[in-house]
Parts: sequence; C-alpha cells; structure tokens
Amino acid sequence: MSRPMGPGGRGRNMHVTRKPKNTGKTLKRLLSCIFKDFKLHFVVVIAFIIISSVAGVRGSMFIQTLIDDYIEPMLTSGSRDFLPLLTAIGNMAVIYAAGVVASFLYNRIMIIIGQGVLKQIRDDMFTKMQTLPIRYFDTHHHGDTMSRYTNDTDTLRQMITQSIPQTFSSVVTIVSVLVAMLTTSIPLTIVVLALVVLALFVSRNITGKSSKFFIAQQKSLGEVNGFIEERINGQKVVKVFCHEQVTKDEFDKINEELCYNATAANTFANILMPIMGNMGHMQYVLLAVAGGALAISGVPGITVGVIASFLQLSKSFTMPINQMSQQINSIIMALAGAERIFELIDEPSEQDNGYVTLVNAEYKDGKLCETEKRTGIWAWKHPHSDGTTTYTLLEGDVRLTDVDFGYTEEKTVLHDISIYAEPGQKIAFVGATGAGKTTITNLLNRFYDIADGKIRYDGININKIKKSELRRALGIVLQDTNLFTGTVMENIRYGRLDATDEEVFAAAKLANADSFIKILPDGYNTVLKNGGEGLSQGQRQLLAIARAAVADPPVMILDEATSSIDTRTEQIVQKGMDSLMQGRTVFVIAHRLSTIQNSDVIMVMDGGRIIERGNHESLIAEKGKYYQLYTGAFEEESE
Amino acid sequence: MLKKLAQCIGEYKRDSILAPLFVTCEVILEVLIPILMARIIDKGIEMHNMNVVTITGIILVFLVCLSMFCGSMSGKFAASASAGFAKNLRKKMFHSIQEFSFNNIDKFSTSGLVTRLTTDVTNLQHAYQMIVRIAVRSPAMFIFSLSMAFFVNPKIALIFLAVAPLLGLGLILIASKAHPIFEKVFRTYDRLNNVVQENLRGIRVVKAFVRESYEEEKFKNVSKDIYDNFSRAERLLAFNAPLMQSTMYTVMLLIAWFGAKLILTDQMSQGELVSMITYAMQILMSLMNFSMIFVMIIISKASAERITEVLSESCDLLDGKENITEVADGSVEFKNVSFSYYKSVESLCLRDISFSAKPGETIGIIGGTGSGKTSLIQLIPRLYDPTVGEVFVGGKNVRQYNLEALRNNVAVVLQKNELFSGTIKDNLRWGNPDATDEELIHACKLAQADEFIRSFPDGYDTHIEQGGKNVSGGQKQRLCIARALLKKPKILILDDSTSAVDTATDKLIRGAFAAEIPGTTQFIIAQRISSVQHADRIIVLENGRIDAIGCHDELLASNNIYREIYNSQQKGAQTNE
Repeated sequence: MSRPMGPGGRGRNMHVTRKPKNTGKTLKRLLSCIFKDFKLHFVVVIAFIIISSVAGVRGSMFIQTLIDDYIEPMLTSGSRDFLPLLTAIGNMAVIYAAGVVASFLYNRIMIIIGQGVLKQIRDDMFTKMQTLPIRYFDTHHHGDTMSRYTNDTDTLRQMITQSIPQTFSSVVTIVSVLVAMLTTSIPLTIVVLALVVLALFVSRNITGKSSKFFIAQQKSLGEVNGFIEERINGQKVVKVFCHEQVTKDEFDKINEELCYNATAANTFANILMPIMGNMGHMQYVLLAVAGGALAISGVPGITVGVIASFLQLSKSFTMPINQMSQQINSIIMALAGAERIFELIDEPSEQDNGYVTLVNAEYKDGKLCETEKRTGIWAWKHPHSDGTTTYTLLEGDVRLTDVDFGYTEEKTVLHDISIYAEPGQKIAFVGATGAGKTTITNLLNRFYDIADGKIRYDGININKIKKSELRRALGIVLQDTNLFTGTVMENIRYGRLDATDEEVFAAAKLANADSFIKILPDGYNTVLKNGGEGLSQGQRQLLAIARAAVADPPVMILDEATSSIDTRTEQIVQKGMDSLMQGRTVFVIAHRLSTIQNSDVIMVMDGGRIIERGNHESLIAEKGKYYQLYTGAFEEESE
Repeated sequence: MLKKLAQCIGEYKRDSILAPLFVTCEVILEVLIPILMARIIDKGIEMHNMNVVTITGIILVFLVCLSMFCGSMSGKFAASASAGFAKNLRKKMFHSIQEFSFNNIDKFSTSGLVTRLTTDVTNLQHAYQMIVRIAVRSPAMFIFSLSMAFFVNPKIALIFLAVAPLLGLGLILIASKAHPIFEKVFRTYDRLNNVVQENLRGIRVVKAFVRESYEEEKFKNVSKDIYDNFSRAERLLAFNAPLMQSTMYTVMLLIAWFGAKLILTDQMSQGELVSMITYAMQILMSLMNFSMIFVMIIISKASAERITEVLSESCDLLDGKENITEVADGSVEFKNVSFSYYKSVESLCLRDISFSAKPGETIGIIGGTGSGKTSLIQLIPRLYDPTVGEVFVGGKNVRQYNLEALRNNVAVVLQKNELFSGTIKDNLRWGNPDATDEELIHACKLAQADEFIRSFPDGYDTHIEQGGKNVSGGQKQRLCIARALLKKPKILILDDSTSAVDTATDKLIRGAFAAEIPGTTQFIIAQRISSVQHADRIIVLENGRIDAIGCHDELLASNNIYREIYNSQQKGAQTNE
C-alpha cells in the first residue's frame, strides 16, 4: 500500500539507482538494528503476516469450494438445503476476519518498529556527528552529509515500513498460492508459471530500456536546475546588462531537451503498467481456454470450480510477483542509503586523551584550592600519575614552540611556528590568503592536532587538557557568524547557557549590539532565521562578538571578526572590543590593518611561516612586507 | 489558479485529451473481458462446446491486445503531456521572472524562485501525469465495472452499490485525517533539516563553545516530534488495508451466498458468478487507487499555489510611454527624491535627495552601512522607481526611457556581482556581444584585469566556474568592471566594486578611467576614503539623507562624519600619496 511521499520523496523516482557496495553486510546490520530493540515485535509481525496471507489464499480458493462442493451438488441433487452452505460461509467469514485482524495488527506493529528504528538511527547519526573532528566537516560536502538525514533516511523508512513486510507477505503468498495451485491442477499451474516468466522477462526488458532514458532525464534535469540556480542568483546582473532575451533563449534550448528526455523516460515507465496489467488478463484468458479444453476433453479433476478458483489464484500469484519486482529496486536503493548512514555512524570520533580539567578555585592560606562555588577564579586541575593533584591558575599564557602542521601528511602548511603570548597580550596575524593565519587558530583549540612541536596553555601541554575544557578557556569569533535559529537572546546566551538576562544585555552593550537589537521588531526576543536573515553582515558580527563576550573566556581568538563592519562603526565598536580584550590574551586576524595596529605583537605570515614580527612601529621601520602591505603595494585578502 | 495553470498546457492540449481518451478505451476493453469469460464457462465448458471456447478465446486475446495498445498509447501521451506541461510551466515562469523588476525579485527571494522552478514544477508534473491518466482510469473503471455488473445481474450489483460508498467514504476520511498530520510532519522535517544544516555550517561555533550535548538535545526533541507525528499519521493509514480487505471479503461472502441462491433458482449462471467476483475486485481496487490519487493531488496543491504566485505577478516597472531610445548625455539629476523598498512613506531609506551631476563628472558616495548608498545609485538605471520625486538622466525623466536603452547607457557594477559559468570572454561579452578581441583586451586593461587574465594558462578562454568560484574576490571585481566598461556607457556606477582590490591597483583603475574615459559620468561608492578622495564631488550619506556634498578638502574641513571616516582609516593606513 503506497503512502504519501516522504520529505525527501519529491521527485525521488528521478534518482538514478545507486548500488550498495556490500549488500549482504548492510542488510545484516540493518536487520540487527531492527532485532536489537524489537525482537518480539518482529516475530509477532511475521506470524501475523503468515496468517493474513494464508487467509487471503484460502479466500481465493473458496470459489472452488462454493461451486464444486455446494452449487454443483445442489444443482444435480435438486436439494435446496442451504444450511451447509451457510456454515461454510460462516467458517470462511471467521478465516477472513482473522486475516483482517492480523493484517491490521502487523501494520500497526510495523509502524512501531519502523519509526522506532528510524528515530534511533537519526539520533545515533546526529550524536555521532557531534563527536566528529572538524576535519570531517572540512573534507565532506555538507549537502552530502545532509542527504543522509533526508533522502537516505527516507528510503530506509519506506523499506522498513513497506518493502520488508510487503516482500515477506509476497513470499508467503507466492508459496501458499503455488502449493494451492499445484494441489489443484498441475497442467494449469504450468500455464500460469509460463506466463509469469514471460511477464517478468518483458518487464525486465522495459525497465532496462527505461533506465537509459532516466539517466538522460536526470542529466538534463541537473543541467536545467543548475542553469536556473545560476541565473536566478544573478538575476539582477541579467537585468543590469539587459540580457533577458539571451537568457530566455538559452533556457528554452535546455528546457526543450529536458522535455524530450522526460517524455522518453516517462513513456517507458507509463507503459509498463498497462503491459503488465494486460499480460495478467492474457494469462486469465489463456487459463480459461486451456482449462476449458482440458475440462471438455475430460481430463479428471478439472471442473468449473477448479477453473474459477484458478482464475482467482492466478491473480493472487501475479500480484505479489509484480510487487516484489518493484520492491527489489527500492530495497537496493534503501540499502545504498543505509550503507551511507552506517558509514557516517562508523566514522572515527574526535580523540581526546586529555585529563586536565578546569575548576572553580579560591585562595586558602595563599594556596590555590578547588571549590564548588563560582569565584571568578579558575584553575587547571592536573592529576598526576603518582596520585597527587596540582592546581595551576588559569591566566591565559599561550606558547607555541616549533610547531609544524599540515592538513594532509604530504603537505606541511605551517613551518616552525613559535609564538609566546603572555596573559593580557594582543597578538595579531596578517598576511595574504593561504598564509596560514586561520590554521594557527585551528590548532590552539585543537580543531586540528599539530604534527610536531608543542603548544602550552599556562604551561600545560594542550594535549593533556580535556578538549571541552580547553575550548571553554578559549573564546572564538569567526568571520562566518553562524547564528542559530532562535531569538537574539538565545543566540547571545549560546556563549554561556546559565548567563542571566542582565549578563546578556551587558554583553550586547559591550559589543555595541544593544542599540540595533532594541529597534528590531521584538527586541531581544526577535527570532532569527537562516543564520540571521534580515540583519546586515556587520550586525551579525556584533552578535557573534556579544556571544563570545558572554562566555567570558581568558583567551580570545578573533578571526576577521569585524571585517564586515564599516570603519566608522568599527571605531565605535572598538571601544567595546577594547574593554572586551582588557585583561585577556587575544589573537586577532584581520586584513584591515586599522584593526590590528595597536597589537602588542604583529606576526606577518607568508607561506606558512612567520616572516616578520614586532609591533607596528618597529615593523614600519623595518620596511619589509608589513610596510608594503601597509602602503597598499600588494593585494589584500579578498572578502 | 487553475486557469493560469491550464494556459501552460498549450500545444500539449492534444496529448492531454488523447491520454484520458485512450485510457478510457482501455478500461472499456478491460471490463468486457469478465463477461466474455463467463461465456466461455457457461456456453463453452458447461456445454462441452470447444468451438465457443476457441472463438471466444480468440476474441478475448484480440481484446486484450487492443487494450494493451490503448493502455500503452495513453501512457505515452500522458508522458508527453506532463513533460510538455512541465516544460511550459518552467518556461513561462522563467520568462516572466526575466521581466521582473528588482522589486518583484526582492519579493520572492532567490531561493524561493529556484524552488518554484525546480521542485514545485516536478511535483506538478507528477500530479498532472496522474490527472490525465490514473485519475481518469479509476473513476472510469468504477463506472464501467458497475454498469457491467448491473448488466450481468442487477440484484448482486446492488451489493456493490451499497458497499462501495462506504468504502470510498472510509478511505477519503482516513486520507483527509492523515493528510494534515503529514503536512505537520513535513514541516517538522524542515526544522530537523535546519538543525542539521546549522550544525554542519556552524560546527566550529558548536565545538568552540562546547555545545555538543546542547545541540543533541535540540535535535532529539525535533526527532521525537517527527516520531510522534509520523507514527500518528501512519497509525491512521494502517486502517486502509484492513478496511479494504474487510470490504472485499464481505462482498465475496455476500456474492457467494446470494449467487448460490440465484444460481439454484436459475437466475444466474456459474460463469456470471465468476465474472461478478472480478467486477467486485475491479470496483474496489479503483476506489483504493482513487483515494491515493486524492492524497497526491492535495499534496501538489501547495506547489500549484506557489507557481501561480509567480505567474500572476506582474512587473511593476515598464518602459516609459514616450519610449525614448536615445540618452542625450551623461548628466544626472535627483529632484527631491525619497525612496522606500516597500513603497511606503513610513519606511523610507532615502529622504529628500537632490543633487545634479554634469556629464563627465566623477561623484563619490560615502557613508556607513545602511546609509542608503546602494539605494541611491539603483535609481539612476531605474532598477527601482523613486517613491517620491524624480530622477533625470540626460535631461529626461528616467520613466520616459525605453528601459533597455537607459540601462545600456547606464552601466552598474553591482555590489553583489555575479560571473556566470563560461569562459572569461563569454562573460565579458555580456557587456557587448559584438565586441572584438581588441575591445575586450582594452576594457580589461582599463580595469587592470588584463595582466592576471594572461597569467592563466588559458588566458581569455579560461573557464569560469559557477558563481566565479575559481577567481579571487579582487579578480572577480575587476572582471565585472571590465564587463561594464564594454558597454561604453555614458554613466558608469561602481558600487563598492573595488573593495577586494588592493589600494595600489585601485589607484591604477582610477587613473586609467581618468585618462581613457573622461567623458563618462562616474559614480563611485566606496568604504575607503582613498577610492573617492579624487572625485569632483563627494556625497556624504547618513541615514538616507545627504549630510554634505563637496570635494575632499572641503568636506575634511567642514563635515564631521567625513572627518570621522577619514580619521578611522588614517590610523590604519596613512595616505600613501
């Protein structure tokens, strides 16, 4: 029974079938997922499917009983005693009722299994995704990961709730019909089987032909959709250049082509049904003729009742066979999807062997001690192998010593980086795109792990610090603001979930975001959608800064955090930024030199190396790369 | 709505009529089969007459072949009708979007338009294919089978007549109850996708703030919602199969009982009994199919509505009545212009703007984000109409011009600019399709693009990927400037078009413009003071109003805002002149 299409279902039949790499293994794993939590359910379902199918087959044979055992004898004997017939009908009604109830129950139980398994898989996938290292996200297309939640899960849902029970019931039906047919008449069974084989052969043939056209259709559709996306995105440019007519003509051409391919592909798909249906009729006719010939020539056992019931049986036989041949395709597709889902679930998680944690601390008799309450003083709790524990004050001292790093083993992108940032210092990085500035910040919070060298935070090797604790001690504001769907308040509070409303307001004021938030339709309760649709890029950046301010970390990384704010507004924000940076160690990346000019140390990077370091004045005096940058002699980073 | 959509059937009207016609023929042939089968049984087998069996069998085989032919033809026509319908929908929408003004485009948003042109069209294509074939087939099957049943035996046919509406009602009831829940499920799916997407994009933020478990919680809530709603909807649908089965079984038993009685009283033959069972199945199956189609069509309704929205949107910016095709010169004048994107006086983003520019003048425009710079220049090539006041180009109100003529003379390099997939040459020729290679190179030299283009292995034939992803921001901007220059416009507008270009190159571009196209009126919007410093006059915009107009030195002396902007940039970069 077909259900309305699922979310990824729109146009799904356009998808070219992907073949799973290892069908058997995936199927086994999927079944074990189902069995794990729903063993009893599954057994019950199987039992009910058998009851329902057998009742159906028994129903198809009732016509024979009716004609041969009741009508014919009564016709010949002239008896008009309807009681036996009534009893037979009563018995049959009971069998039917059992079938209906069984089919209702297995459908309902299947929903529990299907939806339950799917929820489990979805949740597992997301939970897993959260633990994956940044490398995974940097090296996989988001759309590809996304489609595992949409298309793949949806085909899986269809498979679990429809294909599996249907296939099973088809098999049961086919077997029981076959048994019924064989016990009734072997010659007629042969007629049926011959025609079924023919029908299967024809449908194979048509499906094979149509897949060629489906691929062509898919390709055209991709082309048309790509064209639409590009031109609609650049629609304003099209208008400015009065290119409407040319665009129309180009579009018409590929649109025609799509129409041609779509017609061909759908023609094949469409004629499959009438051909298969009429093959069924043909079988019906030939059965009647053959049966008739046999009966007339007096072959024993062929009665009108037998022929009549065979006509019913043959229908009950071809229907599940057709269904199965359709289901096999969707099962293969679903298994390919399941394979991709399992692939995600099997990705290795981010490794974390850190054991140093961050705790609230206070001074007792001049000694640093751990405490339950929030004191505003934080300490690194460092358990040692000899059972002792030392506490180190969290200050924000960050040192990189001789760090080498590459995203892949073959290509080192950072060479020999050494940086000493004392608590409260402002360290800036400048240099062209690809110089390795952002890469350094990726290493500080261990989004990536270094290949060689050491990074120490307050004297502790960051490999020993638990990742979550390390990241809590490091605030970060990126050029891509990545606001989440939710209110402005929730977005700022993202920095620290237990921040009070007042603390949120204060952070917003600090980032100079308060004034524009107040004129939003619902102020702090304005709901942001699509990463802050309706806000300017500059306003989004102010919110991201407020978000980091609420977190109140001792070390902050600002990666092009003010790049979209115009210089005059930046000046205004600067005050807030300055007070935000007060007392913190700050790493700043900016292509606009005014942003970083007052830094304590400026690192000029090129090709993964630090080529110059010093403060603004000394670098200007050096007349090197920084000087060139400053005087605008080489191209800045593009936005 | 339907009328708008029906217009898109166009030349596929013939196929759209033939498809249901053929399917009806198929149905008629199909319903003839059972009655002929009854003949084989009654007149042939029962009477032991092989002749009847053979002749009727041959007729039947012929009918089945004919029915197969009709069915296939209907499938073919349905395919071409629906693919053609989809083609026309796409074409009509795409063409009307081409005629949209900026205002129309803003209203829909780009992603909204793309969805309408892709997913929604595909949905309607499926629905249409169903309407011309299956949606005809099911009711036809119902009607013809029922008629045949009455023809064979009216008494038993009454059973069908009694049961069918009950089943139909039940199916429709289930479908209409389940449908809203499914709608809700789809909306929840959107939420789920949104959470995943935001996490994929913002994974650095999630990890930096250690919010993994918080996000997990969020996801599981949505996931639970889907589970609950989906289960609810499917539990309703689970009534379908048993309902169908119990109706079918009931009918079978009733036929068995009454059929036996009728046969024994000689009012019906055994063959007729068999054919009645077949009709019963056909009738019930057609109801089942119909309820499925019903749901599918409801689902596509939303798509139909979205598409109609685009089709019934009319362009609000048309060629002037006077249709002037000559732009006399590059002079520009604003007279008391106020402007709002929403055409309402309450939300003005430009207020009372008046100024004029002589041909060949260079006008700089400066101001903070949201001060109205882009809005202002968009009025010159009439991308929008002013809400209040008038804009003149070449001494004529812009509303009097033929739009193409006006826009060919006023070249704008938009802030959010696009290159299209194709070679660099293809892209440049957008400015002038007939430009010679020399002209292309000349324009690129002016825009300081020639050098880097030549550094590419394929030079001017380098392929630009979709969205111009394979060139840097600064290179893209220079290509866009060259493209605009090729129009040889009387007025050239650069909307923050050199923001990613380094200051030295920026200066070279300005120098080249001053030397080579002195007669062109230029409007330059910039963040950097150095980009506008040399303009004949600079307009300082603040909150949609002109705060001051003057040359660099005047403004530096008299205007606070200008001085502040200047100072904010001086701290970072001393002027290198």
